[in-house]
Amino acid sequence: MAIRVQREAFDFGAELAALTAGRTDIGAVTSFVGLVRDMAGDAAIGAMTLEHYPGMTEKQLAEIDAEANRRWPLQATLIVHRYGRMEPGEPIVLCAAASAHREAAFAACHFLIDWLKTRAPFWKLEDTDAGPQWVSAKASDDEAARRWEQNR
Amino acid sequence: MKILWFAWLRTRVGAGEEILAKPAEIATVAQLLDWLAARSPGHAQALARRDVVRVAVNQTYVPLDHAIADGDEIAIFPPVTGG
Repeated sequence: MAIRVQREAFDFGAELAALTAGRTDIGAVTSFVGLVRDMAGDAAIGAMTLEHYPGMTEKQLAEIDAEANRRWPLQATLIVHRYGRMEPGEPIVLCAAASAHREAAFAACHFLIDWLKTRAPFWKLEDTDAGPQWVSAKASDDEAARRWEQNR
Repeated sequence: MKILWFAWLRTRVGAGEEILAKPAEIATVAQLLDWLAARSPGHAQALARRDVVRVAVNQTYVPLDHAIADGDEIAIFPPVTGG
């Protein structure tokens, strides 16, 4: 039940350790970490800049987090999403879900990232050899999110 | 009303934020987009493909028939690409 939107890089190992520190009720933690790649299709990526909509971003992430907690019995959730400039290899996003058992943790984590990708107001601008290029939304991301609509 | 533009819509419009008085005849998001598109060639270009335009009023996604008020914060942006 925690949301963070920040410019700074994060240590996802430390984030997961903090999520479970001192807890004895959590039996399973699943996480998704999104990283900057050095290629997009055939184009080399030098860096990426993420723009977002301050205010709405936090509101959307909180709604997604609340929905995951309504659907599954979760002991803890965490979403960390960066904005600003980042280089290949750096983390962009972390979603984590903790539950007593693995099924809820896996499903909730998958849900968090799928809904985040189609609802949270972030936009990626890639620095390519041909200049800066805005990333296009993928139909496959919409389909991934729709799967969770059907399973409500 | 406050209009916010993001990502490539912002670069085409040439501004991230515009403060505009809402004309009385503009009642819905769809009417607002038509009115904004007529403001400049950049606005027209930004709004040329409505299927790739998303709108949030007061930080909540809304459909094109949503009613708008003069005090609203209206954000216009392409489909999101975070994560």
